[in-house]
Amino acid sequence: MDFSIFGYQFMQNAILAALLGGIACGIIGVFVVLLHLPFIGVAMSHAAFAGALLGLWLGFNPLIGAFIFCLGAAAVIGPLADRGQLSPETSLGVIFSLMLGIAFLFIGILPNTRSAALDLLWGSILANTRGDIIVLGVVAVLVVAIVVLFFKEIQATVFQRDIARAVGIPATLIFYSILFLTGATITASFSSIGGLLIFSLILNPAAAAYQLTYNMKRMFIVSAAFGVLSGWAGLLFSYLFDIPSGATIVVTSSVIFMLAVIFSPKRRVKSWPKKPVPGDIP
Amino acid sequence: MAEPVIQIENVVVAHRDSVALRGVSLAVPRGEFLGIIGPNGAGKTTLLTVVNGLARVLQGSVTVLGRDANGRGRHELRKQVGYVAQALAIDKRMPISTREVVMIGRYGRLGLFRHPGRHDWQLVDEALAMVGMAHLAGRPIGHLSGGEQQRVAIARCLAQEPEIFLLDEPTASLDWKAQTEILELVKRIHEERGLTTLFITHNFDALPHAFDRVVLLKDGLITGDGPPDKIISTESLSLLYNLPKAVVEERRPHIHTGGHHHGL
Repeated sequence: MDFSIFGYQFMQNAILAALLGGIACGIIGVFVVLLHLPFIGVAMSHAAFAGALLGLWLGFNPLIGAFIFCLGAAAVIGPLADRGQLSPETSLGVIFSLMLGIAFLFIGILPNTRSAALDLLWGSILANTRGDIIVLGVVAVLVVAIVVLFFKEIQATVFQRDIARAVGIPATLIFYSILFLTGATITASFSSIGGLLIFSLILNPAAAAYQLTYNMKRMFIVSAAFGVLSGWAGLLFSYLFDIPSGATIVVTSSVIFMLAVIFSPKRRVKSWPKKPVPGDIP
Repeated sequence: MAEPVIQIENVVVAHRDSVALRGVSLAVPRGEFLGIIGPNGAGKTTLLTVVNGLARVLQGSVTVLGRDANGRGRHELRKQVGYVAQALAIDKRMPISTREVVMIGRYGRLGLFRHPGRHDWQLVDEALAMVGMAHLAGRPIGHLSGGEQQRVAIARCLAQEPEIFLLDEPTASLDWKAQTEILELVKRIHEERGLTTLFITHNFDALPHAFDRVVLLKDGLITGDGPPDKIISTESLSLLYNLPKAVVEERRPHIHTGGHHHGL
């Protein structure tokens, strides 16, 4: 088998993008799974898609448009959910449908950009530039640094936000920061994985890690590892079988999730040792 | 009357278009064990969240431990107020152990950028031992029963080393044995630690035995306030729950006799 292709710059960029994107998406996925907001990835990726199309239309870098729209969506979703007028899922649904509508509007009124729009939808990890890698690297380092620095505040907030607030943790600020980080990660990974598929790379590794551990720190690490594994294995399969890389990465992450479900210790009935003590409540 | 640690004056709180508290005033002296009773929707939970600064107060003033509970220092205040919320369903697969949940009580006091040290873990283990849950410390929180989770919530408050203890129906949905055990546990902690405790309950049998004072709350207003054996009567419960006196007496035959009950 000829592996000389890995000596090429574009392939090295792709390997780096899979590493950095896998780590960032894997970690963000833990928030998505534990906060029960699976729809956030879909809503944010469509916001990024609409923003990138706006960039194409107005002639500036689509990445900037995607970033602005993602952060805008994050800024709307949090307060909408917090005011209690809508549940987080409903506010995400409203944002999702609005962004989808705007994206299709741009595609409709800009027939010449249809091909570029499809590129944004599917993404291409093999077409990453050094600039894309730098953006991904900055976001991945930011995501890891925030989780390491604020782990205890994050742990309390994703467990029960009201309790986190009640003990004096700025839980609302933490929650909004998570939404902004999600937007930044989706934007940075957008050109590699594509607007349609990024959601799977966020959800699948974290959902797989969720099946395997009762420890939140370990869940972050395992999810990031699964994200990287999905990217690297997907790249390899896409090269070996000459199939689209983004889709292969996502299918690989889904296979990892299915294997995690099959081998999950959480599926088995666990007999925890329990010593009877006076006053213990059954 | 001892120095009040909680001073609520003419407080109004609204949740969107419904008013939860309509000009409530209440002073709680240090060391008091105060029971709050009232029908659903009376504003009991809102009254507790006014004390720890979680509620948005539209009008009036709330001073707790000498601080304005609605002012900029409310984050600091919350670190001194332990709060056991109504039991919520916890995801069985939530990746967090019982010991880590109790440690959350320390997080506010630790502040940003500081990690729990040996002293913090020692406090957590002591709190778990005090509520009789040390043997379940390593178990995922979602695997515990409702009563066990409420004990863990109490241990979390203990680890917080609060001065004020707020409990929002901690025994709701528990069986009689678990209810009495938790109330005994809270009373013991209240006395041993010299706390000021506000306890929402529907357990009238326990009121005369455990509480120093009882507040009756209805439609966002305090309708009665005093020692439990004076304040809990057929007349007051009839007014509180909109029930004819005959029905109250039929359901609670021992109330009007002066409160000689069957223990907790």
